[in-house]
Amino acid sequence: MTFSTSVELLKFHSVAYTIYAMLIISVIAWFAYNLTRKEKAKAIVRIPFYLYIGFLVFMGVMHHIFTYNTIPWVAEDIMRHDIKPDKTFEIKIAHHKFDLPGKMEIKKGEKVLFDAKSADLVYGFGLFRQDGSMVSQMQVNPGSRNDLLWTFNECGEFDVRSTEYAGPAGNDMLVKKAVVVTGCNEGGKV
Amino acid sequence: MSIMTGTNFDASKLTALQKITLRAVVMSFLFYGLASIEGTLMRVALVNPSIPPINGSPEHYFSIMTVHPIIGIFGSTYQLVFAAFMFLIPYLTKKPLYSVGLANFVWMSITIGSAMAWIAAFIWHYAPLYTLYWPLPADTDQFQVVGGLVFIVGVALIMIGTLGFIYNIYATIFAKVGVHANKTTKELLISGFGIDGMLNLINKLRGKPPYTKEPALSLPVVAIFRGTVDTFLDAIVILGAGILVLVYLLADASGVSWDVHAVDALLYKNFFWWGLDLVADGLVLIYVAGSWYLLATIITGQKLFMENVARAALLLELLVSWMVWSHHLLGDQGQPEMMKLISGEMVTMFELLTQGLALFITLMTLWKARPLKMTMELKYLLGGLLGFGLAVPAAIIQADMGMNRVLHNTQWIIGAHVHIALLTGLYMTLYSVVYVLWPLLTNNTKLFSMKLANTHYWLHLIGSIGMGAFMGMAGLDGMLRRHFYMDGEYQTFMILAAICAIMMVTAWVIFMINIIMSVGIKGLIGIFLPAQDDTATFGIDPQPSVVASLKK
Repeated sequence: MTFSTSVELLKFHSVAYTIYAMLIISVIAWFAYNLTRKEKAKAIVRIPFYLYIGFLVFMGVMHHIFTYNTIPWVAEDIMRHDIKPDKTFEIKIAHHKFDLPGKMEIKKGEKVLFDAKSADLVYGFGLFRQDGSMVSQMQVNPGSRNDLLWTFNECGEFDVRSTEYAGPAGNDMLVKKAVVVTGCNEGGKV
Repeated sequence: MSIMTGTNFDASKLTALQKITLRAVVMSFLFYGLASIEGTLMRVALVNPSIPPINGSPEHYFSIMTVHPIIGIFGSTYQLVFAAFMFLIPYLTKKPLYSVGLANFVWMSITIGSAMAWIAAFIWHYAPLYTLYWPLPADTDQFQVVGGLVFIVGVALIMIGTLGFIYNIYATIFAKVGVHANKTTKELLISGFGIDGMLNLINKLRGKPPYTKEPALSLPVVAIFRGTVDTFLDAIVILGAGILVLVYLLADASGVSWDVHAVDALLYKNFFWWGLDLVADGLVLIYVAGSWYLLATIITGQKLFMENVARAALLLELLVSWMVWSHHLLGDQGQPEMMKLISGEMVTMFELLTQGLALFITLMTLWKARPLKMTMELKYLLGGLLGFGLAVPAAIIQADMGMNRVLHNTQWIIGAHVHIALLTGLYMTLYSVVYVLWPLLTNNTKLFSMKLANTHYWLHLIGSIGMGAFMGMAGLDGMLRRHFYMDGEYQTFMILAAICAIMMVTAWVIFMINIIMSVGIKGLIGIFLPAQDDTATFGIDPQPSVVASLKK
């Protein structure tokens, strides 16, 4: 199981978290109901204390192991300094304006490095689909290295928007269709 | 019974300890209302940006966004928590409060400080947000210096008030009077940090008799003791950041232009988040766990389930809270990967364990005492448990290098995690404390209406979970948390979230009507008049505060 885009990942996350939310709400509601009944409810399942603790630790650890193995950008991000990108785009930001290297044209599957520099404030660099959903992002701190290595597994035109607040003047930091990814089959995917 | 006189409340019979507690509680709920209205204004503006008073102005919108958490967290939550603890510590330790004067200074300092921060945003539109990411708070191209100065002095006053609270709490705990007259400072320290609980567990495993059968401090006091360590560290960090901003603003005002890049933005972020995160992942979680334990024991009238484990878990939570700040920096590429991995992911994961333990212990204590009557305090406690049951796993999900890449700074973070943790988890726990303490603080004043109390409960519960959920869904669709959308983006979720926000404002109005109709306008004013009775104890022989006794 691998999530090739954030859309797939967030759909899965949405379903999984909704199921969990419904479960915990039901458990507390069931608990509250039985707490007041004179007739003592029989436990549906007996959970030994140490099994419960073990379950919490297991879930916490497994979550990270699961995401590491199913979300492709995690390993790529950690190892990005050892990976030679196919393309590098220098992004400059100053006075609440993006200075982009023209239209950024990318072939699907290419490893692209977005290397951003801020001359003044803390900004964000976010890539968004035309429906407003997020592809990826990073913070852009002045005086630090801000490099995002990304492999596009989907085609289309993507907007660049600042994902960090840098004062009210930064509210318009949006460049429409700044990135174009081509090379997909019909349907837009790999 | 009338709006002027209330039910049977008599402010003139209140002791000094009751009055200083109630003053902070009143201010807390007024600030809560303000924060609630501000939040609703922002939610409504995301549906219709041109609606007054924001009128499509990002300057106005972000000014509100800047003070909303200051008013909500410091003006309201801090005051309510501090008020409860300044009453509970003398009550639980069976000793007088150290200083009534200092307690008065605390609520006044936090009230004035919060009001100043609000004024700075309202008049001068000073809007660096609560994150104060360097060098934005010192950006005089966008913000007026005077606005910044008023804001920073306001926040400094809040932190000075906080330090006053901390001093009062520790001075009360360590006072060698009453039941602690023969205790040494070492014994109190060992108990305060929960080392006795840890030694009891170790001795049990080794088949030895317990280190102590009667710990010097009760478990809720231990939670307050430890949470206050984080409150102190947090106050120092925020004061430090405030001084930095103040120095730059004063330099600018005097015509000197200092290079803001002399301070590294990422290093500052690490320093600031280390401190700020002690609020969210330190004192809140520890105070909340302590409050759950206290509420469970008061509601059931029984001992806490697995008390030694709970004591040990509180120590673990304290250590964990010092090492988790990097989960706020998973989107910062300059942050070392090992820090992201260890602090941001692995240590943060322990919060699932510590908070899961607190949830388990509280539920088990309640379960073993069943059948219980579904009182307001029990209802709210269950709501609080549910809130953290929803919000903590949401936090663990986003504190992951894969997930954070697409969730950071979205409405998911502030909705599904922060607002559900604060409004459902924390506030419902605090309302439970309010209902438990109500008869003690008001000398058994009759509540005006149980119907209003129940209406408040359901509106707050459904409104808070609903708003957090719809904000979270918008976040999954890419909606950012610190952006003023003006072209009707994410409309469906924003309309639903705004309806839920209005439900919560309505809940607050109903709660206030119920309280005012119970204590009356005269009673409300009476709370702020000097106390005739200088008693600073509760439940034992009346005694004045430690400071007052020393003066005598």
